[in-house]
This record gives sequence, structure tokens and C-alpha cells, in this order.
Amino acid sequence: MQNLEDLKEQVRKALPELDVVIGWTGGYDPLHATPHFIRRDEDIDKLQVNALCVHNLATYLPSMRGKKVGIIVKGCDSRSVVELLQEKLIDREDVTIFGFGCTGVVDQTKIRRIVGDVGNIDSCEVSGSEVKVSASGTEHKLAMSDVLSEKCATCRYPNAVLSDHFAGAEITSTATFEDGYKDVVEFEEKPEEEKFGFWLKEMDRCIRCYACRNACPMCVCRDHCVAQSRDPHWLSQEAHVRDKWMFQVIHAYHLAGRCTECGECQRACPVDIPILLFKKKMNKEIKEVFDYEAGINPDATPPLMTFKAEEDKITERKW
Amino acid sequence: MAQTKFIKKESLSAWLEELGQAHTVLAPRFEGDSIIFRPYDSEKGVFIDREATAPPKKAIFPQSETLLEYSQIKDMENLTKIAIDVKETIPTTTYVVFGGRPCDARGFTMFDRVYLDGDQVDVYYKARRENTCFITLTCEKGETTCFCNAVGSGPSDPDGSDLLITPVTDGYYIECVSTKGEGLLASSLLTDGSSMEGEATKYKQAADASMNEAPDFTGSPEKLLAVFDNGPFWEEMSDKCISCGACTYLCPTCYCFNITDEANGLKGTRIRSWDNCMSSMFTSEASGHNPRPAKANRLKNRVGHKFSYYPDIHGGVISCCGCGRCIKSCPVGVDIREMVKSAIAFVDPTAKEVPAEEPKAAPTEKPAPKETSVKAENTSAKAKKNKKSKKPASKKKGAK
Repeated sequence: MQNLEDLKEQVRKALPELDVVIGWTGGYDPLHATPHFIRRDEDIDKLQVNALCVHNLATYLPSMRGKKVGIIVKGCDSRSVVELLQEKLIDREDVTIFGFGCTGVVDQTKIRRIVGDVGNIDSCEVSGSEVKVSASGTEHKLAMSDVLSEKCATCRYPNAVLSDHFAGAEITSTATFEDGYKDVVEFEEKPEEEKFGFWLKEMDRCIRCYACRNACPMCVCRDHCVAQSRDPHWLSQEAHVRDKWMFQVIHAYHLAGRCTECGECQRACPVDIPILLFKKKMNKEIKEVFDYEAGINPDATPPLMTFKAEEDKITERKW
Repeated sequence: MAQTKFIKKESLSAWLEELGQAHTVLAPRFEGDSIIFRPYDSEKGVFIDREATAPPKKAIFPQSETLLEYSQIKDMENLTKIAIDVKETIPTTTYVVFGGRPCDARGFTMFDRVYLDGDQVDVYYKARRENTCFITLTCEKGETTCFCNAVGSGPSDPDGSDLLITPVTDGYYIECVSTKGEGLLASSLLTDGSSMEGEATKYKQAADASMNEAPDFTGSPEKLLAVFDNGPFWEEMSDKCISCGACTYLCPTCYCFNITDEANGLKGTRIRSWDNCMSSMFTSEASGHNPRPAKANRLKNRVGHKFSYYPDIHGGVISCCGCGRCIKSCPVGVDIREMVKSAIAFVDPTAKEVPAEEPKAAPTEKPAPKETSVKAENTSAKAKKNKKSKKPASKKKGAK
């Protein structure tokens, strides 16, 4: 990020009034960043903002309600903050939003596909157009376009949609809504059997760790999720693909009209199940039916949190 | 002198086919972008060049396993009389796990102390343990996240394995580690391996040398107890944790489970499935009280169990095999090494200085009581009270 020093300065000025500011810092190796909780002045120096800062930090906000929290957001992350505000799950006066113009983050799975063994990363340099990685002594120059997260390649909201502080210049996006759903359209066109077969195969390796759920900023039931409730015992705990898949269907439905498509569910999955596709399908439907996108306008009411006596595109009374 | 053999690289698949005639062979292969242990399929091959994404834990400790099957039989003459037919399901399939790493196999030695060596033997675990052989591959090199060398192991540690195979020119040098392993050496594809010993030794030495400097966990059991009641310390440690179970379910040494009855009409199964101490439900008691209400309490248990409570009752053995999966697969990069090191380095700023020759007072607060027996009582009490409930509340094997 070009204006990291500006951002640091903004954080430094705001920190005395806040309990914590959440950002990112270097992780266990040079290829990975990790969420960073800034409480002291010296923590600010460790702040890192670049294409490795994949995590959507908004996921921490609901559980920190009551504290004065600063949060550094990419455009997509800011949509989650807005959606949380829309649903009154966080309080505007308690959250200080530090935005910046984001040029996209990497997809670590794509990097693994190209580099192969990423077990020993000697160094990693990230620029706007390239990720230069040295792994086990071998240098790999990866074009950013090859390792960019899919959501970033078709991003329409690179700048925080809501912020109290904004560092650097805004980024211009030319992508359209349709650009972001080409994969869904392609999938929709496949025969039912093939689609079902795809999910059975992919979901079979799910370990039911619920990283998808817990990384999701909009999954706010947390400790009260139906997936593990014991009384009533809604979901079988068997390791059958039926039950694993069932949870993903529940997750997608609970996110209908709420999902800001940050992709954390898929990124968090330790066994690389492409579950974002479920959520994207739902978002595409929501757009078609309600002409609505989650987390854009803090004053808007999500379509499934209200009702109209006569919906524009639902013709239930005219059968 | 233990038996040693050699197998040519090109004979490996034939050997796995042979083994597959008598056993289910589990071997790692790519599925999507992850490396997963699956029943060996010659068409899909094996991928053993890197540590698998998920360890072969499910071979002995399945993600869910049936403990018994039951059916309710109505007496048509007297419908208030219902007999219950129960069938115990002790597993009989034999497995060969091929291509796991030393940490993967060694993980089960942590299970053994709990499920086999105590007063109570877990019959399901015992059956699977006896029916499973591990053909383990010596690691070529350590990864950044590897720290087996810090928990009493190393990249060619045979502990827990039945055969250890080490890459040598054109093939693998095979060392027999256990009597079970001997039973796998009958194949005519295997030749005498003694001439390869020197090369294998060099390979192992290079692997040892490739490891990062081992973090020093000396004193972790006492130091973790010393910060047991330090709320702010654990809150800071768990800041970024999102309380999912990825670390636990990918851990070769995590052995906790849940028991549920999965009913289907008048029939059903009692299963045990993986459970994890990162989950709020894990310690939720029948009374409604939860002794670990926040993620800080739960993460503390994960670290404390492995690096303090387990070694405390099992001769100092740290219940972690250093595979590093919890670090590299954590969605937010929580690093267990850092937490243990922080606990060891922690100095209480409010503590009074103690003269050097005077030993510090031993921590008086012990971790939460072992919950196994207590919980079993609680749940049975709840089941009795709530007779209408078709599904009894869950029981759990707690930290032991």
C-alpha cells in the first residue's frame, strides 16, 4: 500500500480514544499476513497493508460490541461493516472505520497451484502487478493477475463504502455486476446431475470444522448455530456428505440478502472447498428478485428483513 | 537387528495393490487443491511429496463412527411395551496407512495413553488401532511451520509407525519398526535393503539439518499453569482466534469426541464424532452452565491441554507432534508456538520479587476438573428427567 504511513498516522491519532484497532501484520512466513490487534503505540509500527491482507476483520466486530473498536477495511470488508450496521449488530458510534483504496488481495490457493511447495518461503515481495516469492531457494515471479482472488478481479467496490478515515487515493473500478457472476452462470448451465455430482464430490472432504461459518462476518449466531445444537438436535453429526452439504445449504440460506461476498467462507476452508459459489448463486438471485446488494447503504433495510404486500417480482397472488 | 528391505520406485503401486488385497490402503492424493488420505486407487495415484493437508487421523479415529445400532420393537399386543434391540458394532476392517509422515503416526501414541493405557480401554479405538498399520515416509525437509524437533521427535522418528520408508536412489529403503510391520514385508517386490542403509542415514541426517531451530518449550507445564488465571493474557492470545475447529480436526493428537444418537424412525445409531474444545458446546453442562464461556477460555484449554495438563499426567510428554497444521491451516494464522512461548516468557508485572534461592510458590489453581465422570452423571440425570426426549444429551470424553 502506497499510503501506509498516512494510515499509520490516522491510527496513531485515533488510538488514544479507542480500546483497540484491528489491522494486519506479518504472519508465520513472509507469504502470509495475520490479523493484528493494535492496543499500544508500538503495535502500529508492525501494521502491514498489502495484497497478503486477505482477512475480513469485520468478523470480529459483533463479539466486541461495547468496546471502542477501530477497524481497517478493504472495500469488500467495509460492506460487511455496513451490513452489520444495517442489522444493528454493531453500534456506529463505537466503530471507527479506516478505509483505503484496495487493489486486490491474493488467493493463497492459486499461489500454491503455481509454486507447489510453499512450506519454506524465504521471501515475498508484493507490488501492484507482481508477487515475487522465493520458495525453498527458487524464485517465482507471479503476475498479480494470475494469483489475484476471484472477487478482486471483478471487484466493484475497491474503496471503503463507509469510512471515518480514508488513506490514499480512491481506486476506480470498471467491473459490472454481470462480470462477477460469470462463474455462476456457467455452473447454472450444467445438467442437474453434474451440478449435484460436483457438490457431492467437493463436500465429501469437509471436516465439519465450521471455519467457513466462523470466518463469515455475517454468521452471527456463533455459539448458537443449528449445526451443533444439541437440544433440539437439528443436524446429524454423522460424517455423511448429506449432512455436510446440508449445513452449506443452511449457511447460504441464512445469508440470503445479507452476504457481502467477501469470500471468507471459502478462504477459511482448510480443505479448499469452493463454497463461495453457493453464496454467489444466492446473491445473484437476490439481485434479480429484489434488485438489492448487501452492505452498500447503511440506511437500507435488507429485503428479507422486511416485506412488501406486493413484491415487484414475486407474483404469488397471480397464479 | 530389525529387518530392512528395498523397493523400487516403479514397484510402489504394485506393492500398494498387493497390500490392498487384504487391507484397505489409505494413501494421500490431491482432491481439489488439498491433499487428503483416501482409499488407494491406482488410477488416481498417490501424492507424497508434501505433508498432507489433513492427517490420516480418520483411519483409527473416524470423523464419525457407529458405536451401536438400535431398533425399537413394538409389542403389537401391548403398544406400551417397547423392546430395544441393540447391536454393538466393533470395527473389523484392517487398514494400511501409506505415506503419512512421522508426526502423523506418532500422533496416535498420544491417543494410546488415553484410550488404551488407562483404567478403561476404549474397545472401538483398540480394535482400530490393532487393525491399522502405518507405513510412514521420512520427511525430506521441514517446513516453516514444522516443529517436531521441539516436542521430542524428528523428521525420521519411527515412533508410532510400523514401517519407516526413506527415499534412496531409485526407490525406498524400508525399516521394520514393529511386529505388525513384519507382516507387511512378505511381498516378492521387496528385496534386501541392507546395502541402502548408509544412503538412508544420510537422507535422514539432511532432513534433521533442514529443520528450523526448535522453539524451546522447557517449563511449559508449570508456566502455563502460572498464567491459568490471567484473563487479560489469554484474551490477548485469543484476539484473532475465530473459534472454529480447523486446528483441532487437522491435529493428529486431538482425540476429543461427542456422542449423539441419530434416530431415524424407530431405528437409529449411536455415533461418536469429532468434537473440539474451540466449540462453545464442548463444555456446556446439562445445568446450562458453561465453564468456558469465551474463546479465551477455550483456546487456553487447547494450548494448556497439549503443553501442560497432558504432560502433567503422562510423564512429561507434550501432546503435540509438531506437524504445524494448526498454524498453516488456521484461517487467521494463530500460532500455537507463539502462545506457548509467550506463556513461558510471561512475567507478572505485579508479582513481588522473590529472592533467587527461594523457589517460587507453586501455582495453587489447577485447571478445571477432569470432566469425564462428572459429565456422564450430568447427562444421565438430564436424560432421566426429560423422558420425552428421543435423543439423550451428548456425552463427551473430556481432557484426560
